[in-house]
Amino acid sequence: MKYRDEYRDGPAARRFAEAIARLVTRPWTLMEVCGGQTHAIVRYGIDELLPPSVTLVHGPGCPVCVTPVEFVDKAIEIALRPGTILCSFGDMLRVPGSRGDLLGAKARGGDVRFVYSPLDALTIARAEPEREVVFFAVGFETTAPANAMAAYRAKRDGLANFSLLVSHVLVPPAMRAILDGPDNRVQGFLAAGHVCTVMGTREYDPIAARYRVPIVVTGFEPLDILEGVLLCVRQLEQGRAAVENQYSRSVRRGGNAPAQELMSEVFTVIPRRWRGIGTIAESGLGLSAAYAAFDAERRFGAVRAQDDAAGECLSGLVLRGERKPLECPAFATRCTPEHPLGVTMVSSEGACAAYYRYRGVAAAKELVR
Amino acid sequence: MTEGDPLLRTGQVDFGGIVKTINLAYTPEARIGDYVLVHVGFAIAVIDEREAERVFEHLREIGELLDLPEQRA
Repeated sequence: MKYRDEYRDGPAARRFAEAIARLVTRPWTLMEVCGGQTHAIVRYGIDELLPPSVTLVHGPGCPVCVTPVEFVDKAIEIALRPGTILCSFGDMLRVPGSRGDLLGAKARGGDVRFVYSPLDALTIARAEPEREVVFFAVGFETTAPANAMAAYRAKRDGLANFSLLVSHVLVPPAMRAILDGPDNRVQGFLAAGHVCTVMGTREYDPIAARYRVPIVVTGFEPLDILEGVLLCVRQLEQGRAAVENQYSRSVRRGGNAPAQELMSEVFTVIPRRWRGIGTIAESGLGLSAAYAAFDAERRFGAVRAQDDAAGECLSGLVLRGERKPLECPAFATRCTPEHPLGVTMVSSEGACAAYYRYRGVAAAKELVR
Repeated sequence: MTEGDPLLRTGQVDFGGIVKTINLAYTPEARIGDYVLVHVGFAIAVIDEREAERVFEHLREIGELLDLPEQRA
């Protein structure tokens, strides 16, 4: 496929890695923000191509991983009510709530349907006017325009049996929270190219300036990520801290204006609790007053915050980049995708799932516990 | 591509052989033959073909700067 295969070229990747190795004079720790980037890094062994002094830690950009447990519980509660249909992206189905997951609710007779697009949930609502159809709207800025469009069309068409359970999150406040953490080790970021395709790059300028960290907006293919690392390390070695755009084939400085316009009509910025991380001010999106009638929390009761269950899982530390999956003693032993202890092993974008899938048990065995 | 209401505008997008109907509300500039970035049924950007070459230009510069032997890509 064009714009994919040529960005996976092995000799070109090694040339970038060689350039990075010649540039580096000191150890540097970079964080890639997005779970899609984490998967590419682990899948293609990009971390193993890099010189040992450049460490990549994995960020919080896995929407499924950071969705709070109480929202999963609420989705399950809605799914099990008679007369309702709960629609969700497929990767939410196995995320554990405090008592089971959506797949379990489906097995117990709940009408849970997974959809490719929020517009599919609208189609279901039109086809079944006697049922309440709820779309579980999770995700980062990349997904928000699609979910905003579902709400906009429902309102415009007067679709009274449709609502959204909204647990949207925003990337820049999470980056600030990571940088403010007492155990932060991140010195530069590879920002999420798809998030920036929607939002543009301006909101990262104050973060780069205030925390003196380079932020390189980066794509998802191996050559994108290696070029992102090169640009970031070059800034660090030169003592610069600016926002740079590696993913310019898709990201424009101002982002996608029509998408931002509809997002700001449908959503409003609110505080949000992140699973494994805690509450971050102004880090989420909820429905605006004009769309309150389409808020599933109004129809089925408000979601009440609850603490993350204490246990062996280190996913909170993994999501903040303070631990890597292979540093967890439960990895691939007591915690596997079949029997996950936490969300980062469940989600297809989770860092632990990436290591399990591409590095497997062999990697775990090499570790000194 | 369908015309009419810009919010309902859709197009057929070929994903390496699998063709899907994709909403083009957020890419009003998209024209037949363009490459688009698609997320959950929506095109969120038209790929800039000239910018797409930059990574390869950067690679060539690196090759010259580092005086690496030219490798076949």
